[in-house]
Amino acid sequence: MGAAAIGIARQRNLFGVVLLSGIYSFLMATVLVVLDAVDVAMTEAAVGAGISTVLLLGAIHLAGGTESRPIHKPWLPLFVVVVTGGMLVYGTLGLPAFSDPQAPIHQHVAPSYLKEGPVRTGVPNVVTAVLASYRGFDTLGETTVVFTAGIGVIALLRRRKPRHKYPARADGDGGEGAK
Amino acid sequence: MSFAGHYSYFVTILLLMVGLFIVIARSSLIKKLVGLGLFQTAVYLLYIAPGKLIGGVAPIIGDAFEVYSNPLPHVLILTAIVVGVATLALGLALVVRIKEAYGSIEEEEILALDADDELRTRNRS
Repeated sequence: MGAAAIGIARQRNLFGVVLLSGIYSFLMATVLVVLDAVDVAMTEAAVGAGISTVLLLGAIHLAGGTESRPIHKPWLPLFVVVVTGGMLVYGTLGLPAFSDPQAPIHQHVAPSYLKEGPVRTGVPNVVTAVLASYRGFDTLGETTVVFTAGIGVIALLRRRKPRHKYPARADGDGGEGAK
Repeated sequence: MSFAGHYSYFVTILLLMVGLFIVIARSSLIKKLVGLGLFQTAVYLLYIAPGKLIGGVAPIIGDAFEVYSNPLPHVLILTAIVVGVATLALGLALVVRIKEAYGSIEEEEILALDADDELRTRNRS
């Protein structure tokens, strides 16, 4: 996965970049399955590897496919990125180790959701129970975000030249398929 | 603290760094958006990885299982993925409009065109 990510950084043909990001998304989905996040993995495979790739390919088709050779030397951004990474590594040293049952994340409200969620909502999948039942309004707000983004995309792409071969893509609302 | 115990954090940080580097250093606007996506997936990993318990199963309750991984990060990240693709769609639409207006999606060329424009208006007045 790291190789795919660094490949994205080095590849200048944007078509290659899009393919690599699709591969990266599938690898990420696999990792998420291993981490027991099956719902997230399914969404990532459908949205990250599917819809995002389609959107990116459409954009490349409309906006052209190669990146010019960089003018600046990459040393300053590299320095900034390495300093940021170093600070983040320093920050993680105080965090609990991987899969530590005593970590605060497993002690706080999660056990009560796991115990009461299926009883109160009647849904055995706790992720679904929390998403649709406990946090139903949050999910409604999220749908509003996707709707607003779809309207934004249509508003931006509506004033196209009529001689263009392809009509405006109403692609922004593609995200709705995820839920 | 051991290296193995924090390995997931280090992978996350590596991906985060690559995404940040693409956003800062690469000139193509589409590639910047891909980098932003990379950064986002790193954040997913940052949330999901601490929720895993070794020996646990996915949080779908059944009689056969005792230990479940933490479901709450999964819920948050599901929302984040969907909002992320909405952002991506809007960003790509902006890129397409920029391409129509400037004829380029390279940051440097767009900045040069802008500077030219400004110089011309100043000379005229």
